[in-house]
Amino acid sequence: MLDVKDLEVTFTRGVEQVHAVRGVTFRVEKGESYGIVGESGSGKSTVLRAICGLAPTSGGEIAFEGSPLPTPRDAAFYRRVQMVFQDPYASLHPRHTVDSVLSEPLAIQGFDDRENRIERALEEVGLGQGFRFRYPHQLSGGQRQRVAVARALILEPEILLLDEPTSALDASIQAEVLNLLDRLRVERGLTYILVSHDLAVVSHMCERLLVMQHGQAVEELARDALRARAARTDYTRRLLQASVGYSREDAA
Amino acid sequence: MSLLNVENLRVTFPTRQGPAEVVRGVSFTLGRERLGIVGESGSGKSQTGRAILGLTPHPGTATADRLEFDGIDLRGLSARQWRGLRGKRMSMVMQDPKFSLNPVMAVGKQLMEVLRTHGASRAEARRAALEMLEAVQIRDPERVFRAYPHELSGGMGQRAMIAMMLVSAPDLLIADEPTSALDVTIQIEVLRILDRLVQERGMGLIFISHDLRLVSSFCDRVLVMYAGRVVEELRASDLSQARHPYTQGLLNCLPQIDGDRRPLPTLDRDASWAE
Amino acid sequence: MTTRAWLLSEQPASRRQARLGQAYRTWLAFRANWLAMVGLAIVVALVVVAALADVLAPYNPILGQDLNTTRLLPPLSPGHLLGTDDLARDILSRLIHGTRLTLMVVVLVALIATPIGLLVGTTAGYFGGWIDTVLMRLTDIVLAFPRLILALAFVAALGPGIENAVIAIAITSWPPYARLARAETLTVRNSDFIAATRLQGASSARIIWKHIVPLCMSSVIIRVTLDMAGIILTAAGLGFLGLGAQPPQPEWGAMIAGGRRFLIDQWWVATMPGIAIFIVSLGFNLLGDGLRDVLDPKGRK
Repeated sequence: MLDVKDLEVTFTRGVEQVHAVRGVTFRVEKGESYGIVGESGSGKSTVLRAICGLAPTSGGEIAFEGSPLPTPRDAAFYRRVQMVFQDPYASLHPRHTVDSVLSEPLAIQGFDDRENRIERALEEVGLGQGFRFRYPHQLSGGQRQRVAVARALILEPEILLLDEPTSALDASIQAEVLNLLDRLRVERGLTYILVSHDLAVVSHMCERLLVMQHGQAVEELARDALRARAARTDYTRRLLQASVGYSREDAA
Repeated sequence: MSLLNVENLRVTFPTRQGPAEVVRGVSFTLGRERLGIVGESGSGKSQTGRAILGLTPHPGTATADRLEFDGIDLRGLSARQWRGLRGKRMSMVMQDPKFSLNPVMAVGKQLMEVLRTHGASRAEARRAALEMLEAVQIRDPERVFRAYPHELSGGMGQRAMIAMMLVSAPDLLIADEPTSALDVTIQIEVLRILDRLVQERGMGLIFISHDLRLVSSFCDRVLVMYAGRVVEELRASDLSQARHPYTQGLLNCLPQIDGDRRPLPTLDRDASWAE
Repeated sequence: MTTRAWLLSEQPASRRQARLGQAYRTWLAFRANWLAMVGLAIVVALVVVAALADVLAPYNPILGQDLNTTRLLPPLSPGHLLGTDDLARDILSRLIHGTRLTLMVVVLVALIATPIGLLVGTTAGYFGGWIDTVLMRLTDIVLAFPRLILALAFVAALGPGIENAVIAIAITSWPPYARLARAETLTVRNSDFIAATRLQGASSARIIWKHIVPLCMSSVIIRVTLDMAGIILTAAGLGFLGLGAQPPQPEWGAMIAGGRRFLIDQWWVATMPGIAIFIVSLGFNLLGDGLRDVLDPKGRK
């Protein structure tokens, strides 16, 4: 469904050139949940941003259902691909109510039946109508992230790009949001691309995953291979080990 | 003998709706060991750490029936007495090194400044600063010595920060989410440094974190905080036998690489936990 | 349910309730600051006096009394609370009518300069690149002119009069707002909520107007309010120099200029309008400080 081939992203900062993504290739099938794992600076979030046109591609190709994506992306693309951001405190406009956050995409894309759609979207993400006219500062982190998910889904996209959707949340809230994403995917037959630094989250959510380091793809693994600890590269093995926690033996 | 004695610590902030107690009667003792304090946001874990160092932000106030560090009563110390303790005998590492290092001063100079205020000569201070950078596993101490904080990566910055806190060889280190901003692989390295310091120097360490798994794998003892109270105290190795439903819930709700529980168990907060 | 509970509800049931509740909370925070309330009272009093000038003023502000008996009467003279000037006009009446001119200057400058500043600043900040360079250099050029001198040039070109003075002041006072709006825009333009809006297919105009402008608005409003004192003084300065309001209009600056000749012996002629300018300027400053405490999220703890 989505083909990323030899993707390169270069940012120019003054005279300096930062090569954030260097030749990443992967393919996501319809209905699949695909994970991208890496540490900060690995370029994993940049890949997501490049897909939706927020980061400039300097090489390679991104194709959606066989045809290359236009730059800049058109409105039709955004109706089919939406994104949820990492920090729910930064991804909602501080002066907009939940209602205006949800009604704006409908207005931009010219949807009808807006009232019902907003009500349905709130129910779907587990927030009642009581939340509809609240401002972000009246919501907790988990509730904000639910609003962000509702905003992404209200346009009824087919692909949802998830950029560390739970890393800013407490563990118990993370579980709730992961369950929500899981349920919505089954109900709507969505395709996910999930970026995270947490192997456990990716393993829980995704059937296949790509490990990235320094802007390059290190290896692609199926979930079963990850569980069997069948990593082919040292870097992935190190990530796996670190995800267990600290061990005294390391110290020796 | 215990290094730190805390009894009935309370931290209160005035709000428009009246005073709000964010730490409500926390008591514990700390020896020369690694003590973990775990809780979610708003549990009061960070305010507990700050109150011990007398760093409760204005307009909050901290009270305790007993707050003793190595036989010194910390309640009602003057600013001058605090200066003699903080940075010398007790230190704190914060989550983000960028906020704790002076951005317009080279790292080495900042380290030397700490040493100089403690009465070292220039040459001594320089030597000790470089040694300290080496001790926190910085491979090229000379470069980091000359570097400004923004020129360092997250892991380097955090290590420089730890060097800064340890340069005066404190007896007590309070580390508030010292590794949360770091990548997992670097996280482990930083923990290794802290671990060595506890073992070699006999330092007492309070490790504050939201990450129950990490804390339990690193610390000797864990306090689990909820709504300003310690709901459970247990040996890190006994974590799987946690009795309090909150601790159990925190453990269970984490996704696991091997587990395939769908949906993940979530935490049903019981009002009685907060009482 | 009381109105107060309805306003402070954590679960508003309609757009209107949410908006009113937000405004009410801001008002509660504002009300707690008594200095700001003093400022607000002064500004409200200015508006009320201007509206009711015809009723409140005991005498005609332009036509004098008997030049033989009522010329240059000191304050607290019977019938003339603040005295009379050299043309036997009641100073209190002139001050009361002068509020209209002051208010006109303040409102017109705010209405002209604020939108220009917001538009230039947010556009420059949002687009960046050469648009930013061109707009901000233009701003720098205007900013480099001394305000009073440029206003003088305008008045010289367009002819003296209060309207031209207002235009001159407005044209020279927008650059600080543009800079402020640009700085605010730079801090939010790369934020996730702007990116999210872009991902919904929103146009640049929509993002600037609906997302960026509301965020810059409060700091610009604060700045404009604080600048009002300076604007009133500039208008008075132009009046003083004879380039703003023309005699016999009761403009405060022109009144000071008129009283200058008698300053030693009949001090009140120039002092009374001076006090009026002082009080109104102070009012706007206190109001601006109060607004900053309430509206500026950075100053809040």
